[in-house]
Amino acid sequence: MNNAIAEAPLFSRIAAAVRIVLVTMTFCSLLYPLLILGVGYLVTPHTAGGSLLRNEQGGIIGSAFLAQGFARPEYFRPRPSAVDYNGSAAGGSNLSPASPALRARAEEILARTAGGGKPLPADLVSASGSGLDPHITLQAASYQAPRVAAARGIEASEVMELLAKHAFRPGRVFTPEPLVNVLLLNLDLDRSGR
Amino acid sequence: MSIFFITLMLGGAALLSWPLGQAMTWAMSPPRQQEGFRFRIEKVLQRLGGKIIIAEQNWKQYVLALLLFNSVMFAVVFAVLALQPLLPLNPDARGAIEPSLIFHTVASFTANTNLQHYAGELTMSYFSQLFGLMWLQFVSAATGIAALTALARGLSGSSGLGNFYNDLLRATLLILLPLATTGAAILVLGGVVMTLDGAALATTIEGANQTIARGPVAAFVAIKQLGTNGGGFFGANSTHPFENPTFLTNVVECMFIMLVPMACVWMFGRLTGRLRHAAVIFLVMGALLAVKVGFANYLESAPSAAFTGLPVAAAANLEGKELRFGTAAGPTWGVLTTATSNGSVNCMHDSLNPLTGLIALTGMWFNVSFGGVGVGMINMFLYIIVGVFISGMMVGRTPEYLGRKVETREMKFALLAILVHPLLILGGTALFAATPWGAATVQDQGFHGFSEILYEFSSAAANNGSGFEGLGDNTAAWNVATAIVMLLGRFLPIILPLAIAGSLAAKKPAPATAGTLRTDTPLFGLVILGSVVFIGALLFLPVAVLGPIAEHLASGG
Repeated sequence: MNNAIAEAPLFSRIAAAVRIVLVTMTFCSLLYPLLILGVGYLVTPHTAGGSLLRNEQGGIIGSAFLAQGFARPEYFRPRPSAVDYNGSAAGGSNLSPASPALRARAEEILARTAGGGKPLPADLVSASGSGLDPHITLQAASYQAPRVAAARGIEASEVMELLAKHAFRPGRVFTPEPLVNVLLLNLDLDRSGR
Repeated sequence: MSIFFITLMLGGAALLSWPLGQAMTWAMSPPRQQEGFRFRIEKVLQRLGGKIIIAEQNWKQYVLALLLFNSVMFAVVFAVLALQPLLPLNPDARGAIEPSLIFHTVASFTANTNLQHYAGELTMSYFSQLFGLMWLQFVSAATGIAALTALARGLSGSSGLGNFYNDLLRATLLILLPLATTGAAILVLGGVVMTLDGAALATTIEGANQTIARGPVAAFVAIKQLGTNGGGFFGANSTHPFENPTFLTNVVECMFIMLVPMACVWMFGRLTGRLRHAAVIFLVMGALLAVKVGFANYLESAPSAAFTGLPVAAAANLEGKELRFGTAAGPTWGVLTTATSNGSVNCMHDSLNPLTGLIALTGMWFNVSFGGVGVGMINMFLYIIVGVFISGMMVGRTPEYLGRKVETREMKFALLAILVHPLLILGGTALFAATPWGAATVQDQGFHGFSEILYEFSSAAANNGSGFEGLGDNTAAWNVATAIVMLLGRFLPIILPLAIAGSLAAKKPAPATAGTLRTDTPLFGLVILGSVVFIGALLFLPVAVLGPIAEHLASGG
């Protein structure tokens, strides 16, 4: 089993290993990402670039895939975010579901949410893993609809109509709970001038 | 409905693993003839790799080549990360990285673990991501496939185990690269981000500033999932909408976790010429996985204990989860990623219900319900050796495996390789729970804090890479300790099995008789299931009670 290579001095064995490094790096770190960049550039340039949304002046106002903070009463609010909707430092609360800190956060949200006696949908008191989950459940949106309608001085039924238009099931039959994208919904509210 | 869906997804991955196992066997075997397609590919590999890939190696030479190349991998990427401020592809001007974090990160990616004590979007340039970390995601996974191939050759009775460099090139260029290219193309078409542009600056509707980190994500995520690496491009891993934007990309990424580890079992069966034996192993691994997926989904459907008595509508525990994947996605992924040593997450494991967290821990303690790419099957081989030995003792015969006698030397090596795992986890947890190194870094004191420390060491030793991320783990003590644990947990369970293979291959084959324990029967399946459960899990029972079980009982669950 002895052979020239295995018995070669360490230096020349390292040199041979470095050659393998360069070969694999050329394929895996250069050619492969270039090819995938090409696919994204040619076929799905919008999503590959981050699904950025722009206003009429061309300024970037966010990404359709990322939540952003909303506090004013005329807007629907997203799920709470452990990172305050920071698009460059995503993350969750990492709190244990039995943690007192989690309960304190829920109590604080409940205190500033006028509920009209109805229990609050759980997604409005649970932070997502990324802190950037763009969706809330249709239930959570319907819960907020009277407040949004009152703040905008319009009929609640108008808001509910818009909700129905935005609701979708991401996994069809496999995800029974309909969701809405908060940012797109709020943009639509503003654009429809209501 | 969700049970039906999970069955569909896992069944789909299992079906795909069959042809992939065939293709991997084709790729890892030398060409049969001196002509044809496979022969021409081999010639290309030889031209690329040079003379070093030609010579046949015995087990010692194979192991030395593996260790030498992995040392070079370590050195190259250490240099890439250390020189980050000077290197190109750095649109967001990421600066120098703290040395103990570099050491930890490089050890982590070399060991196929991808435990991350940093957030990619805050720390790494695109060059570091592509030429440092993503490159290691390819070659570390290829190292695992090469080691399994060598083991299978040794068990077939060949004293030469092949050539490590040749195997590494085959695994990288013929298996992982085509898979990753297909996978990344699917992901980018499914909406995953892929750009070299730096962060976008947005002014939100209410007038706040939002910096939107981006990057060459799709390429990174594909190999992260397929190579059981698990290290995210972003700190939030596959919870991040740019890594995992839709229900469909989640399904695809979930199947990618399972694909290669499953196919490795079939490849092992083909290389050793024992497909029925491989089928028994596959079923044992699959049964373990199915039980864990079932329990995790059941346990995670309970609401967060913190909301008891508050006017919150009843729902499954949603803390740390993304709505677009559906409620079954978090616990299912959580099981798959810990059972395979992948370690990517699509929900935050720290926020799992305590007993669901225990299922994730169990996956890392067993580390064989398919396990890491290549190394999962190697781990199972160790349990098989132990199971065969115990069965042999029970009937008073010298135990045999694949026609060769298993004796004291093999048994010592196998037990040593198996016991390294609990030693690293329990020893590390004890040390860090008792000192400020660990106790001062937990998010919650008490049971949950203990679970955070236990999870971190389990993840490091199992080369998993997921974490209870509430832990403040970017300290010099955590970085150095877990780096050492990852390297020992990676290389000892590769070196020792190859030593066993070398020792078995040197023995004369023992002819099968009526008294031989057959390795392709349900009875044999029960034997290895028993050795996994009793040896793999019992040692961890006390810490399971101290951490997650105590927390569950204390929270009135």
